[in-house]
Amino acid sequence: MPAKELSPIEVYKMLPGTNCKECGETNCMAFAAKLVNREATLQECPPLLEPKFTEAYNRLWVLLKPAVRAVQVGVGDKAVTLGGEYVLYRHEFTYFNLPAVAVDLSDEMPDEEFEARIKVASEFEYEYIGMKLTLDMVAIRSASNDPARFEVAVRKAAELTEMPLLICSLDPTVMEQALTAVGDRRPLMYAATKDNWREMADLALMYNCPLVASAPFDLNMLKSIAKTLTEYGVEDIVLDPGTQWDDGLSKTLDNFTVLRWNAINEEEEYLGYPLLGAPIAAWTEKAEDPVINEWNEAMLASALITRFSDILVVHSVSGWSLLPLVFLRQNLYTDPRKPVAVEAGVNAFGDPDEVSPVLLTTNFALTYYTVASDIESAKIDCYLVVVDTEGLSVESAVAGRHLTADSIAGALAENKVGDLVKHRHLVIPGRAARLSGEIQELSGWNVSVGPLDSSGIAKFLEEKWKPE
Amino acid sequence: MTEKKKENLPISLDLLKTLAKFQQIELEDVEISFDELELRLSPGMVMAPPGAMPPPAVVKREKPTALLEADVGIPIGEYPGSIVKVRLGATKAEGGTRSRGITIGGETAPAFYNFQAPPPHKPVIAFDVFDWAKVPLCKAVKMHFREVLDDPAEWAKLCVEKFDAEMINVHLLTIDPLIEDAPPKAAVKILEDVLQAVDVPLAIGGCGDPQKDLDVFSAIAEATAGERLLFGSVTLDMNIEATAKIIKDNGHAVIAFTSMDVNKARELNRKLYDFLPKEDIVMDTTTAALGYGLDYAFTVMERSRLAALKGDPELNHPISSGSTNAWAAREAWMKMGPEWAPRELRGPIWETVTAQTLLLAGVDYFMMMHPASVQAVRTVINNLMSGKSPSEATGWVSLRL
Ligand code: B12
Ligand code: SF4
Repeated sequence: MPAKELSPIEVYKMLPGTNCKECGETNCMAFAAKLVNREATLQECPPLLEPKFTEAYNRLWVLLKPAVRAVQVGVGDKAVTLGGEYVLYRHEFTYFNLPAVAVDLSDEMPDEEFEARIKVASEFEYEYIGMKLTLDMVAIRSASNDPARFEVAVRKAAELTEMPLLICSLDPTVMEQALTAVGDRRPLMYAATKDNWREMADLALMYNCPLVASAPFDLNMLKSIAKTLTEYGVEDIVLDPGTQWDDGLSKTLDNFTVLRWNAINEEEEYLGYPLLGAPIAAWTEKAEDPVINEWNEAMLASALITRFSDILVVHSVSGWSLLPLVFLRQNLYTDPRKPVAVEAGVNAFGDPDEVSPVLLTTNFALTYYTVASDIESAKIDCYLVVVDTEGLSVESAVAGRHLTADSIAGALAENKVGDLVKHRHLVIPGRAARLSGEIQELSGWNVSVGPLDSSGIAKFLEEKWKPE
Repeated sequence: MTEKKKENLPISLDLLKTLAKFQQIELEDVEISFDELELRLSPGMVMAPPGAMPPPAVVKREKPTALLEADVGIPIGEYPGSIVKVRLGATKAEGGTRSRGITIGGETAPAFYNFQAPPPHKPVIAFDVFDWAKVPLCKAVKMHFREVLDDPAEWAKLCVEKFDAEMINVHLLTIDPLIEDAPPKAAVKILEDVLQAVDVPLAIGGCGDPQKDLDVFSAIAEATAGERLLFGSVTLDMNIEATAKIIKDNGHAVIAFTSMDVNKARELNRKLYDFLPKEDIVMDTTTAALGYGLDYAFTVMERSRLAALKGDPELNHPISSGSTNAWAAREAWMKMGPEWAPRELRGPIWETVTAQTLLLAGVDYFMMMHPASVQAVRTVINNLMSGKSPSEATGWVSLRL
């Protein structure tokens, strides 16, 4: 059932109905609402796990399961979940599992390059509104098609990183040898094709590993393979409909859309699997300058993020080309049902004392972390009052009357900011300038209007902060 | 409501394993009103990862020995609505002086659902040109326009001659009361110069001051009657009737601008319908940069486009995006560690990804700034419009890179 149509009552009817509160909610209906919002899982209701509720459990499981199967790749902390999605468009509910980015390696790469790439993949990190944007996997391709060589490569990758592996060879013998080395890491196997599906399926079952079904630009064949694998007993499948840049872009996006549509709107069992996109295809024609390939790959990857891809294989390891991808997926996979907000209150930065500046901002995560990082990098000792604007940025909050002289005076009083410092000087964001007079009147604090952008805070304080 | 099952159901092995303890529970009936239910629907902060639930045991099946047949249906969505077509720029024959006009809109399916219906007209990209040499531009952009910054006509010409601009969007910053408060007459002169300098369709951007924009738009609209310029923008806080009239009386088109709110967009369009034919209206629901609200921008556009195609008569306009806003993101212009260098690439890819994402939400008219970004997005548009099939390519598994 499409996620958006499921009502809490339907779910409630199947819960034990005792209101025992073991799930942490006040009653079963509250828990039902959480289940419907996918904010809780069935296991959190212990009574439901009793044998007498098995049928209810199983029915609920079917009702609540995502239209796109959640496939786990890797083991331990770094394991990633691919898919697990419920809707075609994010505004219909939300997207859940970020498309994983797998960095390309090949068994023909010189050691140095091989190691350097793994280092980039595992150390990539960018601070964004309190989150760390990172990469997720490494993909090792057998360009050599030599089983021994491939084994060495995957073994080495497994030693160097705990990230999940995507191991790529269309030759079952090569694949098998790699699995003997890293099969216990639950790598994603690439790929079962119309020619090798049976051997690959046997390997997937033997090693209990997820398997990609691949049939570039032949959707019927792709479904045929997926159906066959499913019936064969392989549960964790990922679909590769083929990726191409240039002339193939239109068909590529069409195919991803058609597959996801069928999975969600038609509830097609054999298509309800995560989708693999291969932006690395932008490298098939080598440009004079590899920068062009990197650029095209970034565009292709972002198009695929927008169009339902659940895992991406990329070759470029340049920060400038990877950064927009990790931003884009983070943006599109935030929950549109609520703005990303931080806790309101007052935070101390550095080592502030009673003459330190008091600054003010909103609790929109993007705003807060931008300001916080500017304060931190300038090593300013100060207090930052964070007003609850229901997660709105400064300008939106001023325009929408969530940041007002009232709410600011309230925040100052509530957090007893007056007890922290002996002066009464408040620095507000430049974009809230129009509130300054009123704040002064309501709160009794003197207001200085800070710069428009928080990057100017340090300079501003240096020049203007003289509370005495 | 609670049905008591006395008999023991066969529970799957998986489940048994997760059973920490068995408890005997007294079942009681509960009554919960529907009001309470609504209250509870507001989502909390913790999100359980979907799929974390152990599935019921799988029924063993007969293993197939050969590939099972299957075919994939090509979904045809039901879209009773369609986007109106808006004509930009008028040729001599049409009463203007442009060498060609451009049509945007006309879609009958979501953006580039080519399997259903490709867009009948190409989305168009206009280069931004400013009339104020001091406009804050970051280095990566400025370096391409350095010699023409103080002459909008030359600037426009450079965009057309060097970068093949299909359209030019002249932003009149000097009219801003907070900048130079230049009089309408001066703005008219600028427009006339640009019209002389290039023969592509033009769009005009105001300064955001509702009264000043109206004054300036009126003067320009009259002086350029028949050119079918695209005026940006009319907003809810402007005198909508007066703005609409000068557009209509002089044969131009207008961008209806609202800030990220489908209902506000509807409201403004509805107000405009009293004075303007639909074919004169492009709508802009605000563009925020990648990392700085692109999710909102994307979703508002996607939602309004889908609603329009589903038949909402107040949203079926081509969509405009100021993708130049991508440069507001620090990551687009800021000097960062060497691992993120060079910013000469990071900036334009930021603008490109911002624009391309919105292209896939349904944007028909882009304002953009960096020549490389324009070129890149244009290439994508051409590829998506080409209707070509994928070439026979070697798989990427064996690539030697
Ligand atoms: C995304 C967005 C939204 C999102 C909300 C996102 C969010 N969670 O806040 C949505 C769609 C919900 C939204 C809603 C509205 N929005 Co809005 N929105 C934007 C947009 C595109 C980006 C805002 C943003 O995220 N900025 C990034 C953050 C980091 O900026 P910031 O909070 O201002 O922080 C910076 C500075 O203020 C400063 N700073 C912050 N704190 C401090 C502290 C100190 C001491 C100092 C010195 C500096 C400082 O440094 C920060 C970094 O630069 C802007 C347009 C734009 N491109 O800026 C419009 C904009 C802010 N919105 C606007 C409006 C009018 C609204 C609405 C009222 C419209 C409506 N539809 O009703 C509503 C209000 C909300 C409500 N429900 O009441 C207008 C405001 C116009 C005005 N000046 O009055 C803008 C400018 C768009 C426009 N041109 O019309 N909006
Ligand atoms: S634990 Fe289960 S039975 Fe108990 S209140 Fe929660 S949902 Fe109801």
